[in-house]
Amino acid sequence: MGDTLLTVTELTMRFGGLTAVNALSFNAKRGDITAVIGPNGAGKTTVFNCITGFYKPTSGSIAIAHTPGASMLLNKLPGHAIAKKGRVARTFQNIRLFGGMTVLENLLVAQHNELQAATGFGVLAILGLGKYRAAEKAAIERAKYWLAATNLIDRADDPAASLPYGAQRRLEIARAMCTDPVLLCLDEPAAGLNPRESQALNDLLLKIRADGCSLLLIEHDMGVVMKISDHIIVLDHGKKIADGTPLEIRNDIAVISAYLGEGDDDDPDAPIAETLAAAE
Amino acid sequence: MKHLADNIKDSLIVGGVAFLLFGPFLGLQLTNGTSGNLGLATRPMLLAIAVGLSIVARFLLLLWQDHRTTRVPAVKLAAAVAKSGKYVAPALLIVTITLPLIPGIDNSYIDLGVLIMTYVMLGWGLNIVVGLAGLLDLGYVAFYAVGAYSFALLSHYFNFTFWECLPLCGILAAAWGIFLGFPVLRLRGDYLAIVTLAFGEIIRLVITNWVSLTGGPNGIYDIPHPTLFGLTFDMSGGPGTVSNFFHVDPDPSQRTTFLYYIILALALLTNWVTLRLRRQPLGRAWEALREDEIACRSLGINLRNTKLTAFAIGAMFGGFAGCFFATRQAFISPDSFTFIESATVLAIVVLGGAGSQLGVALAAVVMIGVPALLQDLQIYRMLIFGIALVTIMVVRPRGFISTRTPSVSLGKAKIISSDMISEGHG
Ligand SMILES: Nc1ncnc2c1ncn2[C@@H]1O[C@H](COP(=O)(O)OP(=O)(O)O)[C@@H](O)[C@H]1O
Ligand SMILES: [Mg+2]
Repeated sequence: MGDTLLTVTELTMRFGGLTAVNALSFNAKRGDITAVIGPNGAGKTTVFNCITGFYKPTSGSIAIAHTPGASMLLNKLPGHAIAKKGRVARTFQNIRLFGGMTVLENLLVAQHNELQAATGFGVLAILGLGKYRAAEKAAIERAKYWLAATNLIDRADDPAASLPYGAQRRLEIARAMCTDPVLLCLDEPAAGLNPRESQALNDLLLKIRADGCSLLLIEHDMGVVMKISDHIIVLDHGKKIADGTPLEIRNDIAVISAYLGEGDDDDPDAPIAETLAAAE
Repeated sequence: MKHLADNIKDSLIVGGVAFLLFGPFLGLQLTNGTSGNLGLATRPMLLAIAVGLSIVARFLLLLWQDHRTTRVPAVKLAAAVAKSGKYVAPALLIVTITLPLIPGIDNSYIDLGVLIMTYVMLGWGLNIVVGLAGLLDLGYVAFYAVGAYSFALLSHYFNFTFWECLPLCGILAAAWGIFLGFPVLRLRGDYLAIVTLAFGEIIRLVITNWVSLTGGPNGIYDIPHPTLFGLTFDMSGGPGTVSNFFHVDPDPSQRTTFLYYIILALALLTNWVTLRLRRQPLGRAWEALREDEIACRSLGINLRNTKLTAFAIGAMFGGFAGCFFATRQAFISPDSFTFIESATVLAIVVLGGAGSQLGVALAAVVMIGVPALLQDLQIYRMLIFGIALVTIMVVRPRGFISTRTPSVSLGKAKIISSDMISEGHG
C-alpha cells in the first residue's frame, strides 16, 4: 500500500548469553496490518519490547516515519517518550489494566499528557481556572468514541478488574488508541477469546486501520492473521525466516517446518501447525 | 469443620511460639537474693496463662476467619460504609468546627483536638504518597522535621514570624522531597521503604549532631507563637495583645483556640487540595501508577516526574504541619522526630484505609485521641493500642474504609470495592 512507516534494521537483543532477537530487519508500511508470527519463544514479544522502549536493543535501530520521508529513531527516545513523541502504542500479552479504576478512568489516564498540559502545571486546574474543563470534555468525548468502537460504553463506570476477559482485552486496545498513535502494537490480542469475540476483534482491528492507524500484530490465531493482515513476518529463534503477503507465507515451506519443527515447540503451537497445514 | 484438625495444630504451634517468647519475660523473674546478690525465680502460673491465652486466641481467630468467608459480599459492605460516609464526614466537620466554642470546655480538650488534627493533616499528606501513588514512605517524619526546623531556625536567626515562614516551610520541605526523591524513587517496594526510613533517620541525626546550627539535642527554644494580624496572645494583656484589643480578660484558651483553628484550616487545605488533585490528570496518574507502572509507561506517563510530584506535594504538607508543630510547642528538639512518628502516621493511613480521606481522619482520632484519653490506664495503654491495631488488620486488612470513589463518571458514579484496587508495589 503506502510508504514505509516503521523500519527495523539489524535489531539484536541479547539477555546474557541468550540471543532473543538476532539481526532482525523488517519494514511495516503505513496503513498496513503487519503480523509477526512464530513459535513460542521466537522473540516476538522481545521485538515489541524493543520497539516500545521497554528494552534497550543490544544493537540495531528502529525508526518511525510520522510523515513520508521523515524519520525518528525510537531506540534513542526515553521509555515514556515512545508513546508521546514516537506515537507508538501497545498492549500486553498479559493484560495490564488499572484494575481499581473505572473503564472511563483508564481511558483518561491514557490521555494524561494532553490533559496535564491543559492544567497549567496543575495549579490552574486546582483553582478551577484555565482551559482544563474544555480539555477534559474533549478527552471524555474521545474516550466515548473508543468505548463505542469496542462495545464497552455500558461498562464505562465499572472498575476495569470487574470486566470479563474479552472485554478487558478490548479495553486495553481502546486505552492504547486513546493515546492517538500512528502505530499500534498488539501482543496476542485474540488469545483466550471465543470465536465470536475473535470475529469482533477482527472488525475492530480493521476499523482501527480504516481510521488511519497502522498495526503491528503478534498473533497465534492463524484465522485472524490470514484474514486481516496485509503483510506477515515469520520469526524463529530470533531470526526472520519468511516475509511476505499472507498468500506467500501460506505457501512457504520454511514457515511450516518452523511450526512443525522437532521437539522445541510448546503445546499451544500445535493447533497453528494444523491450521497452517490445513490452509495449504 | 474439616479445618478443625488443622486449626488445632496451628493453635498449638502458636502456643509453642508463645512459650518461647513469653518464657524469658514472664516465666523468669529476677529477685533479691538473701545475701544481696540477684536470684532467679520462676513464675509457671503466669507463663501458663499467657501461653493458654495465646492458644485460645489463635483458635478463635482461625474459627472466625473460616466463618468470614461466608460473609456479606465485600461490595455491599463497601457501599454501606461509603454511603454512611456521606453523613459522617459533614457531621465530623461540624463537631470539629464547633468544639472550641462549647462554653466552659476544658482547655486540655482543645489542646488534644490540636494534636489530633496535626496527625490528621500528616495522615492526609502521607496519604498522597502512600494511598494515591502507592509509594511506601517510612521516612515521612523527615519532612515534618524539615518544616519544623526551617521555621525554628528562620525565626531564631532572622526573626521571621510564623505567617512569613509557613509558606517557606512548605516550599523547603517540598524541595527536600524532590532532592531525596531523585535517587530514591528508582527503587520499588521494600527497597524504597528501607531507604526512605534511612533518610528519615539521617535528617534526624544531622539535626542532632549539627550542634552549632540547631543546638543539637538541646533543641531550639522560644519559637514565636503565631499572631492574629499582628496581635499577640500574651498573658500580660498589655497593648498589642488580643485581650487588650478586644477588651477581654487574657486566658490561655484563647491561644489554644487560635492554634486550633489554624491547624483546622491547614488540615482542610490539605484535604481540599488532595480531593481536587484526585480529579486532575495528576491525581489519576498517581493512582494509575499505584495500579500498574508498566502500563503507565506504555501510555507515555513520565514515571519519575509523576512520583516526584507525589513525593513533593506530600512533603509540602508535612512541612506545613512541621511549621505548625514548632509554633505550637515553642520548643523543638530532635526527639520529636523519631521513627515512631513516621510509623504512627503510616499506621493512621494504613488503618484508616489508604486513599480514603475520611478513613484517615477517623483513624487519627482513634489512634491519637483514645490513647490520650486513656492516660489513667497508663500501663495498659500500649496493650489496648496493640490489640486494636491487630484487630483492625484482621477484620479489615485493607483499612477501615478501603473503597474508592471514581474520579470521573459518565453516569452515576459507582463505589469500587477494595478487592479490585491494587496497593502498589513501590
Ligand atoms: N527479560 C528477559 N530476560 C531474559 N530472557 C528473556 C527476557 N525476555 C525474553 N527472554 C527470552 O527471550 C526469548 C524470546 O522470548 P519472547 O520474546 O517472549 O518470545 P515470544 O513472544 O515469541 O513467545 C525467550 O527465550 C525468553 O526466555
Ligand atoms: Mg510473547
